[in-house]
Formats: sequence, C-alpha cells, structure tokens
Amino acid sequence: MSILVNKDTKVIVQGFTGKEGSFHAEQCLAYGTKIVGGVTPNKGGQTHLGKPVFNTVADAVKTTGATVSMIFVPPAFVGDAVMEAAEAGIELAVIITEGAPVKDMQMAKAHATKHGMKTLGPNCPGIITAEECKIGIMPGMIFKKGNVGLISKSGTLTYEGANQVCKEGFGISTAVGIGGDPIIGLSYLQLLPMFEADPETECIVLIGEIGGDLEIQAAAYIKDHVTKPVVAFIAGQTAPKGKTMGHAGAIVSGSAGTAAEKMAALEAAGATVVVSPAEIGQAVTKAMAKK
Amino acid sequence: MNIHEYQAKQIFAKYGVPTPKGIMVESVPAAVKAAEELGGPVWVVKAQIHAGGRGLGGGVKLAKSIEEVRTLSEEILGMTLVTHQTDAAGKLVQKLYIEDGADIKAEYYLSVVLDRKLEMPSIVASTEGGMNIEDVAENTPEKIIKVPVDPAIGFQSFHGRELAFGLGITDKTEQKNIISFASKLFKLYMENDAEMIEINPLVRTGSGEFLALDGKMGFDNSALGRHPDIEAMRDLSEEDADEVEAAKYGLSYVALDGEIGCMVNGAGLAMGTMDTINHMGGTPANFLDVGGSANAETVAKGFEIILRNPNVKAIFVNIFGGIVRCDRIANGIIEATKITDVNVPVIVRLDGTNAPEASEILKKANISNLIVGDDLADGAAKAVAAAKGN
Repeated sequence: MSILVNKDTKVIVQGFTGKEGSFHAEQCLAYGTKIVGGVTPNKGGQTHLGKPVFNTVADAVKTTGATVSMIFVPPAFVGDAVMEAAEAGIELAVIITEGAPVKDMQMAKAHATKHGMKTLGPNCPGIITAEECKIGIMPGMIFKKGNVGLISKSGTLTYEGANQVCKEGFGISTAVGIGGDPIIGLSYLQLLPMFEADPETECIVLIGEIGGDLEIQAAAYIKDHVTKPVVAFIAGQTAPKGKTMGHAGAIVSGSAGTAAEKMAALEAAGATVVVSPAEIGQAVTKAMAKK
Repeated sequence: MNIHEYQAKQIFAKYGVPTPKGIMVESVPAAVKAAEELGGPVWVVKAQIHAGGRGLGGGVKLAKSIEEVRTLSEEILGMTLVTHQTDAAGKLVQKLYIEDGADIKAEYYLSVVLDRKLEMPSIVASTEGGMNIEDVAENTPEKIIKVPVDPAIGFQSFHGRELAFGLGITDKTEQKNIISFASKLFKLYMENDAEMIEINPLVRTGSGEFLALDGKMGFDNSALGRHPDIEAMRDLSEEDADEVEAAKYGLSYVALDGEIGCMVNGAGLAMGTMDTINHMGGTPANFLDVGGSANAETVAKGFEIILRNPNVKAIFVNIFGGIVRCDRIANGIIEATKITDVNVPVIVRLDGTNAPEASEILKKANISNLIVGDDLADGAAKAVAAAKGN
C-alpha cells in the first residue's frame, strides 16, 4: 500500500516533448513509473521516448486510460493545462512548473475541484511511492521503501528528510511535495487522513514553512484524528518579517504565519517538533521505537 | 513588485477610481509649479517611497500656501525617511507627490488582498481609517469586515451591499458611490494581477464622494510578463541592489544581520540551514537559494554577493542535489575562488546527485580554507565554529 500512486498508476506528461518534460519523463520511466504517453499540441501522432504523443489530454486519456498527469508546461500555460486535464477526466494533476501566476491557479484549482480532479503543486517536486512510482523531479535513489510517510512544502527538505529517515534504517511509503506557492492543491489536511488510513505508513513526517496557516490547520487535524506519530519541522524560524523567502508563499505578514506559532500548534497537537531539519532522522527513530 | 503611490493612482484613474488630483515631481521648483497648476487652496506634499507609515515619519505634510509647498518640499525631498516598514537605515526620498487637499468628512480603510485560506481575493474594510490596520485587527477585530469575491463570478452588487452596510454607510447616494468605487477597484485588482491594493485612508468628502487619499499596490511577480506597462513602473532604486543583482543570475537572496554566509539549493532547505545555524549558536548573514539551474557562474556570483557583506566570517555551502548536480556546484566553488578573493573559511556539504564526483573535484583542487561537512548537522557545526575563529 501507499497513497495516491503506485506501480500500476498510468501517467501522461503535459509538456512531454519540452526540455524539462523530456528529461524528467525519462528519469521517471527509468525509475519504473508507468508513463503511457504525453501531450504536446501539434505533435500528436509522433512517438517520444518510445511513447505516443497526443494533441489533447482528452485524446491521451481516451487512448491510454491514464489517470494522472505530470505537468511541465511553461508558467503562463499552467492554468490552461490544469483545466484541460480536469475536463479530460484526469484524477490527479501533479504540477511541477515554478512561477505560475497566482490568479491562474485560483481559477484552475476551482475548476479542478468542480470536475473532481485533485491537484498537487504548483512549484513542487512531485510525489513518489518508493521503489514503485515517481512522478516528479526528485532524485529517486534516496527513497528506500519503508513505513514513513512524508509531506513537505519544500523539495530539498523532502530529500533531506527522506535521506535521514533511510540512513536511520527506515524507509519511505510515499513522499509528497505540496509546493510553496500561495495557492496549492492537496495539502496536509487532505494528505494526513490518507497516511492515517494507509496500513503501510507507521509514522508521518510533516515539513512546513512560514506563511499562510496550512500547518495550523494540520495541527488541529492531527490533534483530533491522527493516531500515528508525527515528526514536524517548520522552516523559517530565523526569517525576517515581510520578506518573501524564495517560495512565493513563504512570507510572514504582520504577526501571522510565523514558525513559532506553527511549531507551538503542532507541539500542542502531540507532534514531535524538531528545531532543525538535521534532527528529523533521529526524531523518527525515537517515534518508531515508542510505537 | 511594489509601486509608488503616484503610480497606483495613475492606475486608479485609468479605471475611474476617484483620487484627488496630483502631480509627481523630483525637484523643488517642479513642486512649486505643480502646486500652482493644481490651484489649491490646500495641498499635501507627500514623500514617494515604497513603505507605509510615511505620515508618522514626517514624510507627508499639509501646505496652506505655495510658499509652504516650497518649504515643505525642500524639507522632505532628499530626507531619509524611517518608518515602521523601512529598516533602521530608512529610505532616501527622491520623488514627491504634490496633491490637492481633500474635504474630509470620514476616513475608512479599504484593501483587496488574496485570502489564502479561501483561495480567492477578499475586500477588507474598516471604519478605522488612517490607523495601522494590523493594530486594528489585533485590538478591535470586530471593526474589520471581509468580503471575499469569487473571481469566477466577479464583483456583484451584493458584495457591494455587504461592504456598505458593514461600514455603516446608510445614505443611498453614498452607498451607490462606495459600491461603484469597490467594483472598479476589484476589476483593476484582477485585470492587473495585483497581489494587494491598500487604500488607507479612503475618505468620504462633504459631497458624499469616496476618494482614494492613499494608494499602495503590489503585483504578482509571476504574472509581470503579461503586464509590460506595470513592469515599466518598477523603481529599482527602491529595492535592495544585491537582491536585484542576485535575481539576474537566478539566485534568490535576502540579506540578514548575522555572520555566516549561506549558499543553499531550495528555499526550504535554505531556511532550514539558517535555522540550524541559529540553533547551534551561530547567526546567518543571509538567505540564498541558488535555484534549480545553478552552474559555475551563478555559484561564483553568489560568493561575490555574500562576501560583499563585511560581517561574513564563514560561508556554509549546503547542497542536496536533486536536479542540481553537486559536481557543478563543486566546479562553481573552484571557479569562485579563482575570480573572487574568498578570504573566509568555506564549509561545504554536498549530498545527493553526483556527490561522490563533487567530493573528488574538491579534493583535487586542494583549496586551503575549504572544510568538508559530512551532513547538515556536521556542516552547520563546523561553520559556527569557523565563524567564531575555531
């Protein structure tokens, strides 16, 4: 078991023949992901990386039965690509592209929700079910199969956390990068119940950062509904107020969205909160020993 | 990206959002000429900087004669304004906005911002105009009203009525005016991909009109590509020169006041590295994300920018290679030591894609002040020790 994706998941790539799309699709194929084709307008009928190219997502879904789309189109076209996927019956869109306009994402996410499509990202590393299916840009070799679920706003902190967990002798069930933009798709609140219900996952690592209140919502959910141990880290304890720290959504506005407030909420919810990402591995070991 | 008040008011005017008449000037004689053109009898001389709290800082003053416009312009132009939104060094005033005085009967607060929880824009308003809105939210939250507007349906009359009744506006003409004002403001928020618009104060005049007495606008950087007219309003002199230069090389840089320079890939790990340094008793000198396309040139530029800060006593390079390949970073570090005089200890921790190759490259280069960190904790500890001279 795992969450959202596994070895049988059929994936198409929007922006398949572009530089980024090609490079990462090839890496995903090498990892074992069932990429069944891709979409690039006006290149329908061609073959790329040994897989068929389609003009539209609807064509691709009809022919291949794909349920997940990995999106690599340029930022200005992300909104359009997400809405097309939603109408074509895709169940989950994994949006890797960084720098999509916030307004486009408001519209696209609302449209996706209306059509029952889940979204992940934008500006995220993707999702990986260890040793089965990688949909995104993460270095696959770090993720050994195991019983720790991971949810993170940051790509490199996902790698850092997963690497420590594996070095401690554990492994990852599924790791999900949710992205650091102001408007994102699936977040802690939707993913925590999935990990709680997944029999393979025994411990959950939650990595957040300053800005917004998704981690506060997560804390409230953990308190009432999560029985598995949660290890949490919030990046940006030393970030100055009012400055955007790399991720468009990582900004402390006034007194809202600080690391301190999020850490306190998670702590109160029963999570083990570490002050440095360097302590994630050890905290997971302790949490697994207590079980 | 933020713009000046006078630029925000140009956009307001384009959409028919009422503002007092005004003219932007960059010299005292031009200020006097502008005042004559506006006619008076009362003018406001306003410093144009990208920060709020200008009034309290002495950057906004009322003039009752042309002579007073001259004196105040002489005083404000060229002054360094320190407000609660600037840093301690303040900001140099290089532009003034000379504006008609308004007949003020009441002051309100009005803004349009993205409500991240609802994932749609929200109009935020209050009867407590002219106050610091964060203080109002803290002390009297009941005086703040929020009207979320779903962009799929746009601004409807009911949104306007919620706003008018929420602000206690009962006169029918005044209701019509505030609804029209808010409707236009929302339209310009959406059409220009604004991140926020803040009007504080919004005033009601004796004749029941609503005027934007102030105007502050910020835009979504990701959408600037489709708004060349907005991008042209960018005033680089209002931004941190190092941050602007870093951005040209795909680096995301924010200066801090500590002693350990940081070069990291990924925003989350960059913040996490700062936090780790802090936790181990050191202080980070900056946030720096080298981004996904880091190469020798960008890494060398990163070193150059970090080393401009005289407080830097050590540099911690912390890379977890995913898309970024560690061998490229290693070559960048070697390149940087050739171009720039790297006169502080450099602690390097490289993990992930091509880390063994990178380690070989650095070993062969045999750089004297380079220290290898085995992992995040080890690297941070060595950086803290190096900054303390150990």
